[in-house]
Amino acid sequence: MNSWINLTALWKIVVVGLLAGAGLPALFAVGLRALSPARGAESGTTRGGQGPDGGGRAASAGSPGLALAVLCFAVVLAAIGWGIYSIVSHS
Amino acid sequence: MSSNDLLMTLVVVTALSFDFTNGFHDTGNAMATSIATGALPPRVAVALSGLLNLVGAFLSFSVAATIAGGLVQSHLVTPTVVFAGLVGGILWNLATWFFGIPSSSSHALIGGVVGATLAAAGGHAVLWHGVVSKVVLPAVLSPIIAGAIAALGTYLVYRLTRSVTAGARDRGFRIGQIGSASMVSLAHGTNDAQKTMGVITLALIANGSLASGHKAPAWVIISCALAISLGTYVGGWRVIRALGKGLVEIEAPQGMAAESASAATILLSSNFGYSLSTTHVATGSILGSGVGKRGAEVRWSVAGRMATAWVFTLPAAGAVGALAYEAAHGIGGTAGVSVIFVVLVACALAFYLNSRRTPVTAGNVNAEWTGSVAPAPEVIGAAA
Repeated sequence: MNSWINLTALWKIVVVGLLAGAGLPALFAVGLRALSPARGAESGTTRGGQGPDGGGRAASAGSPGLALAVLCFAVVLAAIGWGIYSIVSHS
Repeated sequence: MSSNDLLMTLVVVTALSFDFTNGFHDTGNAMATSIATGALPPRVAVALSGLLNLVGAFLSFSVAATIAGGLVQSHLVTPTVVFAGLVGGILWNLATWFFGIPSSSSHALIGGVVGATLAAAGGHAVLWHGVVSKVVLPAVLSPIIAGAIAALGTYLVYRLTRSVTAGARDRGFRIGQIGSASMVSLAHGTNDAQKTMGVITLALIANGSLASGHKAPAWVIISCALAISLGTYVGGWRVIRALGKGLVEIEAPQGMAAESASAATILLSSNFGYSLSTTHVATGSILGSGVGKRGAEVRWSVAGRMATAWVFTLPAAGAVGALAYEAAHGIGGTAGVSVIFVVLVACALAFYLNSRRTPVTAGNVNAEWTGSVAPAPEVIGAAA
């Protein structure tokens, strides 16, 4: 089968693809959550899902939340930067 | 203008036309999800995508794989073969666009060229191993991989934002969508513009106007970049609608997960030298994002129709390419190519005019899906 499929490449594409393609949106989600603590998220685990409340309850997230969010978004941006770099340098 | 000049002019014009159809056929791959969720207004989305495609086309100057490299014996290729292959690709692109079926422009081009080569030089001129290992197998695997990535991403995203209000979550992910869709547009510009550049260069080399192994001349690069970005901007609304509304009723988090999966798959694969179909990857991702969200509606029948079209792409474009070659070669020389060119223009016009009867535009691209690509016509004023 090896002359038909490059198994090493396939393996790498799947693994890195999962990390980047699924991991980055997940990281973005973490950052988003850190920014908008909505209800019950301060210590994390209450099942808060009763639908949107009066909307603008996004009280400020507090500095640990903000720091975490900034970190997450920075990583996402760095990954995008790497993506662009890989496009440009691939020749 | 000498007869050969006219011949080459027709080949180049046809190639740029293919590039244009490639543009509008693929706009949806990057932007359909963003348009469907309202992350970007339709016109802004296609303008952004057009711009990024233009930039992307200039970013990587290695003509990654001349479309024929590894697929056909390039010394057996003549300008007429290239022309006929392009005709096959264009007609398949127009037909699938008309029916709102996302299909791979790359496969249309490859199919057309392989078909024309078969007609011209027989089976031994096609490098079948290359066709299977570089085109067919990646085409089967890539949507599955992209879909899996998107499914996982979607699942994680919804899981992680359970405590976030839906409004804040959707607002945040709409912003994220802009980023991920832009990456896909950029990747598309680098990938797909190269193919037409490669085809034109191939034709020039086959004609003897360029030394063998020469890089694409600047005018080829610029014209291809412009053609694909213009096509992107015009926007294949029918395909955008099918991708954004027809497969899955998409929400912003799914959209971002889908486009991120697409971007990752395309970029990683091209790192390893695989030139994928962005359409296959994008469709797989969108389906995956539907699978990843509990309770999401996935219209598998629509997906099945698309998959069928994909299976037919290579042979159908090939058949048209072969036919076009026989006709052009049968008439002979520049006259043959000219006649088929006129036929091509007539067919294109027919598709276009027919599409105007049930138009899909920026205005109705997000209308509710009622089972076919053209939305139900609006009732204006009092009911008749």
